Amino acid sequence: MSNELDSQSDGSLTVEQAIANLQGEDLGLRVYAAWWLGRFRVDAPQAIDILIAALQDEDDRTEAGGYPLRRNAARALGKLGDVRAVSALVQALACSDFYVREAAAQSLEMLGDPACIAPLITLLQDQVPGTLPAPEPPHLTQPFDAILEALGTLGATKEVSDILPFLDHPVPRVQYAAARAMYQLSPDPQVASQYGDRLVRALANEDLQLRRTVLADLGAIGYLPAADAIAQTRAENSLKLISLKGLLEKQVQIHSASQLSEGAIKVMTLMDELL
Amino acid sequence: MADSLSSLIQAVEAADSSSRLLEAVQNLASAHLEGAIPTLIAALSYNNPGAAVAAVDGLIALGEPAVPPLLEQLDCHNYTARAWAIRALAGIGDPRGLITLLGVATADFALSVRRAAARGLGMMKWHWFPEQLLEIAQEEALEALLFVARQDEEWVVRYSAVVGLQSLANAVRATHPEWRSQILSQLEQMATNDSSWAVRARVELAQQRLQTELEIQSTTAESPPSPLSATDWQIILQKLYERKGAERHVLAEGDPRRYRELAVAIAQPCETASNLSSTSNVQFSDE
Repeated sequence: MSNELDSQSDGSLTVEQAIANLQGEDLGLRVYAAWWLGRFRVDAPQAIDILIAALQDEDDRTEAGGYPLRRNAARALGKLGDVRAVSALVQALACSDFYVREAAAQSLEMLGDPACIAPLITLLQDQVPGTLPAPEPPHLTQPFDAILEALGTLGATKEVSDILPFLDHPVPRVQYAAARAMYQLSPDPQVASQYGDRLVRALANEDLQLRRTVLADLGAIGYLPAADAIAQTRAENSLKLISLKGLLEKQVQIHSASQLSEGAIKVMTLMDELL
Repeated sequence: MADSLSSLIQAVEAADSSSRLLEAVQNLASAHLEGAIPTLIAALSYNNPGAAVAAVDGLIALGEPAVPPLLEQLDCHNYTARAWAIRALAGIGDPRGLITLLGVATADFALSVRRAAARGLGMMKWHWFPEQLLEIAQEEALEALLFVARQDEEWVVRYSAVVGLQSLANAVRATHPEWRSQILSQLEQMATNDSSWAVRARVELAQQRLQTELEIQSTTAESPPSPLSATDWQIILQKLYERKGAERHVLAEGDPRRYRELAVAIAQPCETASNLSSTSNVQFSDE
């Protein structure tokens, strides 16, 4: 079991050092310290403060104009679970760097504050001036998959009409993110299962990277009818196990803790075979 | 048959893309032919995870004949191929893989290897072991699995250790009820203390199964007898002894005299080849 002290003695940093490095001159140490604080879940108030400040950093720039320190700070703030970061992350949604916006959307999803639904929708509609597209193909203008996933988790049921068009987006992983969100946002189980089944069919995709994405999506929504298909997907056992773990946790959480459901036992039987 | 084997092997050797290689290895693996073993083992080092998974599945299905070449593979310097070979050994459950699994379950840096080894330790073909060696081997497996269940930082490795402990608790039910109690009390602790929902759920399932499980015992009687030679058992014994010595110098169980007597007992060839159902103390076949 991971414990904070072990982690620190293994790594080369202490909390104090990381916080000092994040405010220091060395850009390499700063970007590493931002990652490290997130990795080891250092949620000391001082760490949150300087990570929030790092979202405004102007020193650390790539040749293409990206902000590596801001990216790592945005990612760390999601992991640290302090809602004080929400408004700074909402501002980061307007950053010119695609990856900062992506990290901010993912972290806002983790922090779970529905107040950020409106700015996420604005970004989904690509109405934020000054935002540059992704530097890599297919050069998405916005991190649509991260935004859609956040909207699903945050319960943006009133904004469904903004999400639906993305089910037909030309980029498959964006379609899957939309299906995942629609599953979470559909109160009628029959409607929801149509979106779940859509993801199950996507497990047969020819592209391994896409199959991995769908495994993660199904794990995130804990869609029990996907269990057999997940176990049979052509992908690494490690990823199938993580996906099935999502299904299992959902089962354990929705049923009374004192009794394992039939679904939970089925999922574990499949997991045992993948170890 | 020979034609089909050589054409299947040729397809693996001729594959010029990652997907063709995967398909060729899958076909070869599902043919279930012993002649495929060298090619399947070679496929472990092609740096093609899909092909390696298929090869591992094929080797596990072939079982015992794949063990000696897999053990040779462990000496190679290709780390990835070694990791796949260990996963195959864990799946086969052959006693000659025991020492390797004991070592990697607690110490390998790849979680997929620790995961496979922890499950493999529980699924060992215990019914092949000579009785006295069985006790030492199971005790080592018990200690390794308890350690992994308590200490590993990856949920999936602890999950695997729970699966291994469940099998082991069942295997020692009649011979060592005190070990079974030790496993049950470890499970009880994990049921409340483990940080992962998934691990706690698997613990609960293990507890349920161990409360109701009385039926699994009978399967061993129908299995084929151990194909291991006296030399194989000697090597296993010697390595177990070295392992114990390295771990905690000389404790009661590590008493060299006990091992010497055991070594003598194991060196005696068996009277009958199929003595598994008998009550003989030395339950292995020399052939």
